[in-house]
Parts: sequence; C-alpha cells; structure tokens
Amino acid sequence: MQADVSPSGPPLVELKGISKRYGDLLANDGINLAIQPGEIHALLGENGAGKSTLVKILYGVIEPTAGEILWEGRPVFLSSPVEARALGLGMVFQHFSLFDELTVAENIAVALSDDWSLATVRSKLGDISQAYGLALEPDRAVWTLSAGERQRIEIIRCLLQNPRLLILDEPTSVLTPQEAEHLFVTLDKLSADGCAILYISHKLEEVRRLCRSATILRGGRFVASIDPRERSARDIAALMVGNEVGEVRTGTPHVPKGEMLTVRHLSMPSGGLHGQALDDINLIAKAGEIVGIAGIAGNGQSELFAALSGERLADKAEAVVIAGKSCGGVDIDSRRRLGAAFVPEERLGHAAAPTHRLSENTLISHAAAEVSRSGFILLNAAKRLARAIIKTFDVRAPDGDPQARKLSGGNLQKFVIGREIIRHPKLLVVDQPTWGVDAGAARLIRQALVDLAGEGSAVVVISQDLDELFEVADRMAVIHQGRLSALKPINEWTKEAVGLEMLGVAQSQGAAHAV
Amino acid sequence: MTTFEAILLTIVTASTPLLIAALGELVTERSGVLNLGVEGMMAMGAACSFAAAVTFDSTLLGVGAGILAGALMSALFALVVLGFAANQVGSGLALTILGLGLSGLIGAPFVGARRDPVAPISIPGLSDLPIVGRLFFGQDLFVYVSIALTVAVAYYLTKTRSGLTLRSIGENHASAHALGLPVWRMRFLAILFGGACSGLAGAYLSLVYTRFWSPNMTAGRGWIALALVVFAAWRPGWALIGAYIFGAATVLQLHAQAAQFGVPSQLLSAVPYLATILALLLLSLRHGRAVGAPGSLGAPFVPDR
Repeated sequence: MQADVSPSGPPLVELKGISKRYGDLLANDGINLAIQPGEIHALLGENGAGKSTLVKILYGVIEPTAGEILWEGRPVFLSSPVEARALGLGMVFQHFSLFDELTVAENIAVALSDDWSLATVRSKLGDISQAYGLALEPDRAVWTLSAGERQRIEIIRCLLQNPRLLILDEPTSVLTPQEAEHLFVTLDKLSADGCAILYISHKLEEVRRLCRSATILRGGRFVASIDPRERSARDIAALMVGNEVGEVRTGTPHVPKGEMLTVRHLSMPSGGLHGQALDDINLIAKAGEIVGIAGIAGNGQSELFAALSGERLADKAEAVVIAGKSCGGVDIDSRRRLGAAFVPEERLGHAAAPTHRLSENTLISHAAAEVSRSGFILLNAAKRLARAIIKTFDVRAPDGDPQARKLSGGNLQKFVIGREIIRHPKLLVVDQPTWGVDAGAARLIRQALVDLAGEGSAVVVISQDLDELFEVADRMAVIHQGRLSALKPINEWTKEAVGLEMLGVAQSQGAAHAV
Repeated sequence: MTTFEAILLTIVTASTPLLIAALGELVTERSGVLNLGVEGMMAMGAACSFAAAVTFDSTLLGVGAGILAGALMSALFALVVLGFAANQVGSGLALTILGLGLSGLIGAPFVGARRDPVAPISIPGLSDLPIVGRLFFGQDLFVYVSIALTVAVAYYLTKTRSGLTLRSIGENHASAHALGLPVWRMRFLAILFGGACSGLAGAYLSLVYTRFWSPNMTAGRGWIALALVVFAAWRPGWALIGAYIFGAATVLQLHAQAAQFGVPSQLLSAVPYLATILALLLLSLRHGRAVGAPGSLGAPFVPDR
C-alpha cells in the first residue's frame, strides 16, 4: 500500500507556471503540479492535453518556454536527462527508448553512469528482478522480447539508480491486462518503499486502482486536482473531455439517402507493436450525412482508416462496400475511381510529399483523373488545379506553387482536404481533420465538410476532438480497443456517455465503482 | 624465396590498407554516420604523408602527416553533417571529390620522387623459418598495427562502456539523446577516428605499397573499404577476413592474368564484389532482417528541444 502522505509536508517536486510553445501551438499553458514523497500521482488528460510535453520538461528532454521547477523547495534548471537522473528522477517512456540490437544488460548499462560495469549490472539485475517480480534474461537481444518485457527493462533501468521520483508515460498502452496488473503490484511496492510516482494515463480504471491524487489537463491547461477515488468515473471523464456545449450548426439539416459506405464484420490483425487489431467493425455512412468516429488515439483509428482507404486490404471483399461495390480487396486507386476520397492523419509525408510542389502533390490523389493522360503528367492542368484548391480553400502559400513542407500545418491541411473535396467525392473519409490546426483553419475545414455532406456526399470523420464531432456529425460511434460502439444520432449522445465509451467503462460501470 | 611465398607476402601488403581504412569506417558507421569520403581521405593521406616523408626524409613524420590529413578531412565532413545536419551521402561524395583533387595539387611537386622501402621487422630465428617466417614474423610494422587495431576496435566496441555508448547512438540516436548520451560528441570522435584510419591507410599506400606518389593512386581502394564494412556486417573480425579475401583476389587475379588461364581478367576482378553480394544475400536470408546495420545509419540527427 502507499506510504502515508501528509499534504502539509514539503513537496518532493513542484512545477510552477510551466508553459511550452511550439510556433502557434501552446502545448502547455501555465501548469502547476506538486508531488509528495512516496505519492502515486496521476496526470490525466486526453491525447493532445499536454501530458507528454509536461513530463518531458520535468525530465529535462525539452526546455520550457516559461515557468520553474522546484526540487525539494530549491529551484532547479534541468538542461538534460542526465541532470534529471542525478537529482533522482527516472522515466519510463511511452515509446520505449531501447536499442533493438543490444542485449538486455547492455540496454540497462548504457543508461547508467560510467561506474556501472556490465558485470555489476548483471548481478544487480538479478536482485531487482527478484525484489519486484520483474523477470528478465540479461543476454537476450531486445528485438526478441515482448512489449511487457521491454517495459521491464525501462523500469529496471530506473530502479537501479534508486530514483526518488519515477515517471511512467502511458505505461499500460502496450501491455496485456495481466502484464498491467503485474506492473501495478510493482508500483505499489515502490511507493511503499518511499518512491514517488507520476503516472500518466488516460485510463480511468487504472488511475482509480493506483492513485490517491490526480491532476487533470485539457488543451494544455490545468483543469482540476482531485482524489480519483472520491470522484465518479463520470465526473472525471467530464473533467477530461470538457463540458462546453458544441456550436450548433447553421444551415439546412442533412437529409441522408442511400448507403455510400457499408462496413460489415471487418476484423484485421494489428500491424505492429504499437498497433491495434480491429474487431468486428460494422458501420454505415449514407449519402448526405457526416458520420463521426470518436476515440482516444491508438484505439484502432489509423487501422480503420487504412482498411477503409485500401492501404490495408480486408480478408473479404464484402467487408468494405463503397457505392454498392464490394472493394475490401482492391487498392486505394480503384476505390477512388468509385468516387471515394481519403485524407490520412499525417499531412506531411502521408497526405503530401514534403519536397514536392503543391501542383505535383495534386497527382497523389488525382492521378486517375484530369491531371494525367496515358501515363504523362499534364503539368498545366496540375498547376491550374493547385491554384483552384488554393483559392477555394483559402490556402495561404508563400509563393505561387511552393513545396508542401513550406506551408504551415493549418494551410497544408486546408490544401490536402481541399484537394479531395474539389473532386466532389461521393464518399470522403478523413482522419483527424483539424489535428494541430489553428482555430481559423479548423473552422474553414469543418464548414467545408458540412457543405460537402449538404451537397449529397457521405463523409466519415475520425477525430479525437469531441467538440468537433458534436459540431459536424449527424451520427456518431466511439472506437475503443478496435471495437466500434453503436452508431447513434448525435442528439442521443451526451459528452459523458462518449467519455465513458472512450475510456471503455461504459460496459463495465459496476466494476469501475466497485474498485 | 619461392613464388608462393612471394604471392602470400603481396597479399598481406595489398590487404593491410583495406583493413585499416575499413576499421576506421566501421567505427564511424557504428556511431550512425555514413562517410562515403574514404577514397578522398585516403588520397589526401597518401599525398600528404609522401610529401612530408620526402621533405623531412622521415617515414614517421610522413605517417603522422597522413593521419593528420585524413583526420582534418573528416573534421570538415563532421562540421557539415553534424553541425549543419547535411545529407551524409552527398557530403561524403563531395569529400571524395575534394580529396582526390586536393591530393593531386599537394602531390604535384613530388611526382617522380621515390622513397626507400620501409624495413620489415626481423626477429632472429623466427623470421628465418621457411614459408611462415617472413609471413608471420617479417612484415613491416603497419601490418602488425593493423592486426592490433582490429583487436582493439573489437574490444572497444564490445567490452567498454564508451563502445556501448557508441553502438547505442548508432542504433537509435533519438533514444540515446532521450537518455542523455552525448550523440554529437561521440559521432564527432568516431568520424575523426575514421578519417585518421583512412589517412593511415593512404600513408601505407604511398610509403610502403608503391613508394612513390601519383594522382589517383588510391584506385578505388576507399570504395572497397566501404564495401568491406557491409561485407563484415559491421564486425571487426569479419572486416579482417574480408580485407584479406579482397586483397587476395586483387593479387591473385593479377597472377591469373599473367598465367593466362583463359578466364577473362575482368571476370576475375569482379569476383570479390560478386562474393560481397552473395554474402549479403546469405546473411539476410538467415536473419530475415538487415544484418548488423546500425539503425540510425545515415540519418541526420536534429534533436527536438
């Protein structure tokens, strides 16, 4: 069990007014946080709430734009992780900072100071493994290990340095439930030994299981500091997701017609270590409506997008039906010829080629249409098309026809979405349409999506931004761990209900309260 | 001395510069940096060492000048690829072209000059043994240095903390940076070591192998050294074996041409390269993944701060 924490004692670490700005984006905005010795403190928030940025600042990986860090009451300036570790901080990264070709012992030794020899590491590895139940073979190469074993390496790396504060960034995102339970037991033991833990997560059940105090962030800002065991899952979800009522859409209501996209029993294995398998997805999008897919990142959105666009093929052709044609087994270009259009999440490198000009980038999705003939590029047509997209969608470009990488995020996003909408597709599937985009561009993009559906196209919007979905969607479903919830009209959803579905507690409400 | 013995001795002489240059490049690549300028650094090493050796009439000063020239060339490369995060392939090719041109300029006054052979070491008794005597106990000092260097590099990479740090940085520079490992410093030192080795290999060419200077005398040996690193799957021991296979092939195909076996000489010249391709194929079939190549090889490092 956790060591008793006296709230009046001096905090082990205190963050005061931490801000971090990336260009136009304020990733952290004046955040305060205090952790007592031996406390397990949760840092809660949706993706993009600024949790990872905050802990990277605390660990000295990135520098804050403003604010200060107090360690046992003294201000400290951490310019590198080495300094953070010297103070007594340890961090387990969400995406492991491991070296695949090296052995377990080497991976541990490399993170420690020079006076650790490989032989010492090896013997200490045995002791720690036993004490905390973290079994590992020192001479295995890391690329042969499972995700859970890899995480143990990260944890042991930290423990060997006797940390005073251990930071874990989404530690269970790659673990099986059994591996996760194993981890919690280890963390409880550590806390009992007096080590403070900062536990970053968006999984409510875990936080309620582990922590006595939690700080909630939303959109880079501090929202609340609570005891997660005294608040209901519903309350916490509301704090994480936000209570603001979405803007009501103006204009004529959408009148859905025939089915444009039908997904039936679509299942697909996960693509890799950080992937998510799709489990029996069923989805219908009709002409003239916007279907929203909500969910926290990494719950199968990218995989669903890849399956719809044809980047990954389904086992059965009839799993994905576009405009009445079964096309689960055909490639992305064939689906485009049926009138479908796709905008992936990553605009630079996936939706657009960074070093190609905008006119050349029109070829990516228009190759089958007006910008090429018999395998030859019609450069003038491509330039005209690029100019039309730039004009229609208010793309602010540095000169007439710049390279895609020269555009700001918002302008490039307007371009890649405009590039599809200008074709008047019968079906548009777009993944995170306004991720990291400024408010003005986001408004323009949402309006364009609403207008497209108004013209009779089917639109599928996959988004983590709930406000956005409430604003544009006619019907919505939530994806959680590769499973899609029921698809319901938007006015039948409340934010709380969506939040619970996103956290996967909707089905297990009773169990969550019992903890 | 029999013909057989003479052939064996020439093989050692042909292999040594390949081995030294390959070891240097191997360390550079293990740190995650691909320096395609080996040929240019070797040429500079050959020209500068010969010029210094003739001017001061000292082989030792010549060798020092060769090492220094190679290291300076690589420092320029380091500035471009580390300081400015420039493309490593382009910068390396430019370094080769620069080195070949500059070495011609430096070496121009010394065309036609000759140096006396470097005396091989002599151990009374052992060096006079039949066949193996000259081969194992009567080589010049460079040969023993190259073997010692192989052992030292292997030991450094696998047994020392610093070597572990270097390998980690080459494997994944983002993770290494997140752990607080000195990515730039280690890479800079690795590039300097690679340059110094290339310079030494060049010095061996002009001071021992030919004992004169002529433009473009490196004749593609820098490129062979680069191929050797891949052939060796980034392991020093395999670099030694590979260097001797390539050296032997170079020498034997000359003798084969002289003996007129009826096999086209061009085909014989190609054998080492065909062997490289075959070896790579077999290695990748066995492991099913890119064998030994450092994960961050050739990628510019720009930390996120």
